[in-house]
Amino acid sequence: MSGSRAVAEAAKLSDVNVVSAYPITPQTSIVEYLSESIAKGELAAEFMQAESEFGAMSACIGASSVGARVFTATCSQGLALMHELNYVAAGLRLPIVMAVTNRQLSQPLGMWCDHSDAMGERDSGWIQIYVESCQEALDTVIQAFKIAEDKGVLLPTMVCLDGFILSHTSEPVEIPDSEAIRKYLPPYRPDADYHALMDVQKPLAAGGGCPPAFTMEFDYKKYEAQEHAKEIIRKADREFEQTFGRQYVLVEGDRCEDAQVILAGMGTMIGTAKEVADKLRKEKGWPVGVLKLRCYRPFPKEDVQRIASKAKALATVSRAVSYGIGAPVYSDLATCMSNLGQKPVLLNFIAGMGGRDITQKNIEQVFEKGMNAAETGEAAAEVEWLGLNKNLVGG
Amino acid sequence: MSKPYWTKENFPITPVIRNPAGSLAFKCGEWRTTTPVIDTEKCTKCGLCQIYCPDEAIYKSQAGIFEVKLDYCKGCGICANECPAKAIKMVAEVDET
Repeated sequence: MSGSRAVAEAAKLSDVNVVSAYPITPQTSIVEYLSESIAKGELAAEFMQAESEFGAMSACIGASSVGARVFTATCSQGLALMHELNYVAAGLRLPIVMAVTNRQLSQPLGMWCDHSDAMGERDSGWIQIYVESCQEALDTVIQAFKIAEDKGVLLPTMVCLDGFILSHTSEPVEIPDSEAIRKYLPPYRPDADYHALMDVQKPLAAGGGCPPAFTMEFDYKKYEAQEHAKEIIRKADREFEQTFGRQYVLVEGDRCEDAQVILAGMGTMIGTAKEVADKLRKEKGWPVGVLKLRCYRPFPKEDVQRIASKAKALATVSRAVSYGIGAPVYSDLATCMSNLGQKPVLLNFIAGMGGRDITQKNIEQVFEKGMNAAETGEAAAEVEWLGLNKNLVGG
Repeated sequence: MSKPYWTKENFPITPVIRNPAGSLAFKCGEWRTTTPVIDTEKCTKCGLCQIYCPDEAIYKSQAGIFEVKLDYCKGCGICANECPAKAIKMVAEVDET
């Protein structure tokens, strides 16, 4: 099944109570599957077709506030239109789960994959997990509810899957047994004395103004919850593995133990990178490895340091640009390494913008430049754009 | 300053007010620099001052005259501005310290 179908099946297995969404390519098929399931009576949930993504997230916030398990999906302009409400959802500590089929932001207008949309929500307080396969998309949406609803976390969670590349690619996917899922993920039961729960028996006011005397303390509580989420994500993953036999961890190091050059990235590019690393090890004997950043917020600093700090070169491939400095994933990795005595040379690559393929050849270039940097001890360039047509723009 | 609404013991995960009418504990009258003084002779008892007051700080007493709850009056002067009989004057408060 496709990545979209896998996400919809996961929302169904999670027994969501409310789905509110507005269609946008390439997310549409996810909510189509869900609205069909609800119409057929396969899923006992309320489907709220909103007039915009702003309306959709507002409805999600309302539904989550009365204690419903809520799911939505969007991407690109839709996610940008939700921006203001995304901060509200995180600030109200509502465990909404949203699938994001990563797509570029206009201008230029296009429907294709890059991570610019989700990067715009990076600092909103939402947890962000980037998946590599359709199976991982399904499993992660289920895990996402368990993570988001944990009393020590209570943060909304985004499951990011590459638009079209994953959302519209069919792969064999195992659908877990629904009874086993119900055991793994029991119904959401918020506590009226702890959550900002709208309960007529215990009235409260939420979402109002807050003076400077308290605002920073609420920000701190959110920061703490993100830090704590690392442990809860690991726990949710371990428990999932015990029942269903699949585990994903926060950061996956593939052949990193003895690697001198490590490529770090997120999403579907990781599959290609693993293939190329395998080939280069066999054909050229290069000591290369791949670091898959699955969990992006919270950023698994300790895991990244453990896996990558002993390499000689660490090359980041980002599907997003931070104009005026480089790329967000690079900046985060550099932050991780900044206080370490021994650290690799950091290389900064931008690739795959607006649906440009990240090819095996691109990945080979990254490893080749990484090998050079490992030897010379320095990066050849501040930032490099992979697959850029220099005939058109120079550079 | 009025007593802080939240303490270490009851600090919530998000700003929620669990007790109805919690704003009663918030004495915004402390912000005031000018006070409305109502001239009961001129007052026609139309009640516009009570309607326009953003803090519900003006009320009709049992004696039937309009009075100001100084705990909550911020001294904004809207009542004086709206009064058709010009019966309300804003008088500067003198800091005697």
